[in-house]
Amino acid sequence: MAEEDGGGTVKRFLYVNRKAPHGTIYAHESLEVVLIGAAFEQDVSLAFVGDGVYQLVKGQDTKGLESKNFSPTFRALEDYDVTKLYVEQEALEARGLGEADLVVPVQVVSAARLAEIMEAQDVVLSF
Amino acid sequence: MKLGILVNEGPYTHEASDTAYQFAKAALAKGHEISRVFFYHDGVNNGTRLTVPPQDDRNVVKRWSELAAAHKLDLVLCIAAAQRRGLMDKGEAKRHGKDADNIAPGFRISGLGQLIETGIEADRLVVFGD
Repeated sequence: MAEEDGGGTVKRFLYVNRKAPHGTIYAHESLEVVLIGAAFEQDVSLAFVGDGVYQLVKGQDTKGLESKNFSPTFRALEDYDVTKLYVEQEALEARGLGEADLVVPVQVVSAARLAEIMEAQDVVLSF
Repeated sequence: MKLGILVNEGPYTHEASDTAYQFAKAALAKGHEISRVFFYHDGVNNGTRLTVPPQDDRNVVKRWSELAAAHKLDLVLCIAAAQRRGLMDKGEAKRHGKDADNIAPGFRISGLGQLIETGIEADRLVVFGD
């Protein structure tokens, strides 16, 4: 639910990242929305589900692809007060990954818990 | 209800733009307000006036332009996504030293902040994509 806060509306925004980072542009351009959106002082969360969990994997090297490795940018999100990063537990496990493989601290949550988190949002942007 | 719409795919390759258009048309017919349609990713390709689809097919771009004219819709192409993909209005073409612009009537180019603003202002933001 939206609440009035000193005249400005604060809504709960959730960015749902569903795709692997470099095969398509969705992940990269999603992060651009998060960075621009941070200036609006909303209540922001990010969720990583399915192949989206690959976006956070450590040690990405895109030199051979000649595309930008934007994964270090996730570490800068804290400076933008974006600190709620949820990662789907089932997606991590299915891909043989764990929290230690990721570039930033996250909250690993079950798909069922993630559904509850989504339910509590005002705006859900899926990429 | 005040609705915002996000279109994340280009015309013809993907059905998302068609579905968004049909949704917008139906919502307006039911008396809802559409505060903005924001085009992102390849969705910015919905805003080129240079498409020439076969005559027996729908004209996706023209449909958006006509809907905008009839209902005073605000159709916004994301500037960063548009720059990557070669969508230009006159000002952008001049600024980047390009020899042409290609934006269709009813569309304008602006920043991602307009998407966030729509999310804040609208009662619902409806996303159409892959």
